[in-house]
Amino acid sequence: MNLKYDIVIIGAGPAGLAAAVSLKRSGIEKILVIDRESFAGGILNQCIHNGFGIHKFKEELTGPEYAERYLDLSNQADVELLLSACVIDIISSGKEKEVIVLSEEQGLLRISCKAVVLAMGCREKNRGNIAIPGSRPAGILTAGFAQKMVNLHGYMPGREIVILGSGDIGLIMARRMSLEGAKVKAVIEIQTHPGGLNRNIVQCLQDFDIPLYLSHTISEIKGGRRISSVEVSPVVDRSFPDRNRSFHLDCDTLLLSVGLIPENELSIKAGIVLDNVTRGPVVDANLMTSVEGVFACGNVLHVHDIVDWVSEEAEFCGYRVARYIKGDIQKLREIPVRTGKMLSYTLPSKVEAGKPATLSLRTIAPLENVFLCVYTEKHFLYKKKFRKIFPSIMQRIPIKEVPADAQYLETFIES
Amino acid sequence: MKKNFDILIIGAGVVGAAVARELSRYKLRIAVIEKEEDVSFGTSKANSGIIHAGFHSQPGTLKLKLEAEGNRRFDELSAELGFPFERRGELMVAFSDDELQILHKYYQRGVQNGIEGMELLGRERTLELEPNLNPDILGSLHSPTAGIVGPYEYCFALIENAKTNGVEVFLDSKVEKISRRDSCLECVSSKGVSLTGKFVINAAGLFSDEIAKLAGVDGFRIIPRKGEEYLLDRRVGGLVRRVIFPVPSEKSKGLLVIPTVDGPVMVGPTAVDIEDKTDFSTTRSGLEAVFKNAQKMVPAIRATDIITSFVGLRPAATGGDFIIGKTSVKGFINAAGIQSPGLTASPAIAEMIKDILVAEGLELKKKDNFQAVRKAVPKIRPLVEQRDYKMIEKLIAKDKNYSKLVCRCENITEAEIIAAIRSGHSTLDGIKFSARACTGRCQGGFCTSRILDIIHRETGIPIEKISKKGKGSEVLLFKK
Repeated sequence: MNLKYDIVIIGAGPAGLAAAVSLKRSGIEKILVIDRESFAGGILNQCIHNGFGIHKFKEELTGPEYAERYLDLSNQADVELLLSACVIDIISSGKEKEVIVLSEEQGLLRISCKAVVLAMGCREKNRGNIAIPGSRPAGILTAGFAQKMVNLHGYMPGREIVILGSGDIGLIMARRMSLEGAKVKAVIEIQTHPGGLNRNIVQCLQDFDIPLYLSHTISEIKGGRRISSVEVSPVVDRSFPDRNRSFHLDCDTLLLSVGLIPENELSIKAGIVLDNVTRGPVVDANLMTSVEGVFACGNVLHVHDIVDWVSEEAEFCGYRVARYIKGDIQKLREIPVRTGKMLSYTLPSKVEAGKPATLSLRTIAPLENVFLCVYTEKHFLYKKKFRKIFPSIMQRIPIKEVPADAQYLETFIES
Repeated sequence: MKKNFDILIIGAGVVGAAVARELSRYKLRIAVIEKEEDVSFGTSKANSGIIHAGFHSQPGTLKLKLEAEGNRRFDELSAELGFPFERRGELMVAFSDDELQILHKYYQRGVQNGIEGMELLGRERTLELEPNLNPDILGSLHSPTAGIVGPYEYCFALIENAKTNGVEVFLDSKVEKISRRDSCLECVSSKGVSLTGKFVINAAGLFSDEIAKLAGVDGFRIIPRKGEEYLLDRRVGGLVRRVIFPVPSEKSKGLLVIPTVDGPVMVGPTAVDIEDKTDFSTTRSGLEAVFKNAQKMVPAIRATDIITSFVGLRPAATGGDFIIGKTSVKGFINAAGIQSPGLTASPAIAEMIKDILVAEGLELKKKDNFQAVRKAVPKIRPLVEQRDYKMIEKLIAKDKNYSKLVCRCENITEAEIIAAIRSGHSTLDGIKFSARACTGRCQGGFCTSRILDIIHRETGIPIEKISKKGKGSEVLLFKK
């Protein structure tokens, strides 16, 4: 079947819904939000803990509650959803786009449109990605998969649990499994600092007396058909396990919370240039990717630590897409953004001369008593002192106005 | 339960499967007995998937003879049985004058063994064929008749076709006792099932020495030779077109760079003799060795592109060569010690077993209704890749489940998963190996819950009883 829309948004999670709402508010009527699940809201639905919406709604919501806020907004705005449908290709020829969809109800759909918003979110790294040596038994799951099975389907993966990685999902799952009566033996983190937010270290580990081993890793997985134990070793030189000082933890389940990667299968297929650090698309000041008319926002662009920033970025993206459709994206001069010392990335890679901008960035390591700075070749635009700054917390820097005459912007850390 | 057969085949790996399928052409009652939950779950599923040209083994060995014969059978087999097979060719690459000399030796051996199309190539021609090879390479031996195959698909296809032609398969049944019953041999399995046959074919892979002992046959031991392999992301799939070999060592063909029929590149396998037949653990040293060697040949290969790793244990027999033939126990026939190039040789091994059976007095009468062709389940992935939307619409029109995409990384639909379940696979690994779900980048992170639901719906197995690879490997331990 052939369909026609102004805009197709891929993913009905927090990013896709927020982008849809701001597009509607900008007067764009013919938009379609596609999601492969039979419900909208994305991963928020399985995040039944609270802590969402503090910035956006000034209150603490659970994941499903946060999703509901945006679902209400998108229903009010009359956003059209296509659920249980999976986009398999995006074909661009100049300004014309075609999105190919497999819909459980309607079969193969070919949707022509003027712009596409990528809002597919991210996925978890798994055992293969980090190549933990040892056997290959059952009982090794990513934390997010376990979260889904426990919270949405009502099944427990096991009773004695070790968690590798102290990312937020791992920490949240340490608490969740404890509340369900499982024994969480330890959280193991290879880095010198936790991967997740401090509030989660306190509320999910310390409150439950779960030990956190920093600068440790799992050096071997043991077990026949099911995992029986893990060998834990301290690491030297940041990643090399010192097995002479190792110890064993018996367990029937190992949960992995070892990082998230933007879900860019489709972006790669569509020929979009990706960034080596964020592993999401390279975007300009309008969050447009290297393929004209294809935009990206939320975790598919770069992994955020809180959903509030996802919504904010996606709303901004929606407004910019609307302007693009209306043909009034002014061709302002674009100024490249450089990432300076001690920072892993800055997004977007270009900003517009004479306009406000928001820069997102992360440090490469935890730092103390430093200044986070943004400057052009001539002026300081931003300088803020941090007593402590962590890579786990994404910084969002508002720039009031990018100097019209700047040649470049650079973000960096000054001690 | 008791049941009588003409032929009992112990082991449903590629050897047992090939023998079963070959013998299913004849009017015989045949049973295959497998200790694992699914076929190919032993050594066969952890195979490199290479159909070798036929010059690797020592002259005078069964290995060399059967490797070359087996290779020639794969076009026909693949056409009949619908498993993926491509004659991509292999390149053995040399980095020094000494290694060039060795290439020459292999070239001569291949020519003597009747291998067609072999040629020694210089540096430039080698790099023309494979531009991503290390430019320091001095030359290579090119064997265009070598191929790549989906090893478990091949095994599944053989068994499915054998079943179509009347072969019975007993899974999750470990043979624990073999004894004589008049002119027959009786095999009693762990489930108490008693099967008798006039002939027993020992295709028990790693455990073929133990099975032989049960029958009262001695004289060889199987030493597991561990091979670690690492599968890389589809993104780097186009690095090589052919199988790339270094100049081999005594023990193995060396650490290779292997294109797979599914697209992604695989690197490995290591070759370490071990004691424990249940040791399937990868090691840090194995990983380092594999990548060091792979990068020497193809510098663009990166360990950060690993999506999964696995271990296969080659059933290497003392003596080194395949052990195929009759034994001191009448009716008990060995097909043991079938390590590399066992996959390549498997069709020829099946023929050889058939000849041995005839020599031992088995009368073969062709079936009139033998069905040589197995229709493979249509896959949506190649159609998505080729943007053949007309064909996708046709598939959906026939079966609506083709519009339900379950595994996004590899583009596997519900229709393909249901087909896998209905052809007898009910574990996650079984579905993974037959339908390829969960083999991609996310390794099942997204699709596992849907696959569990489909298995439950199709088979009635409670979710908490569905396992990765059989009892004791349940994915989720209990319902809240």
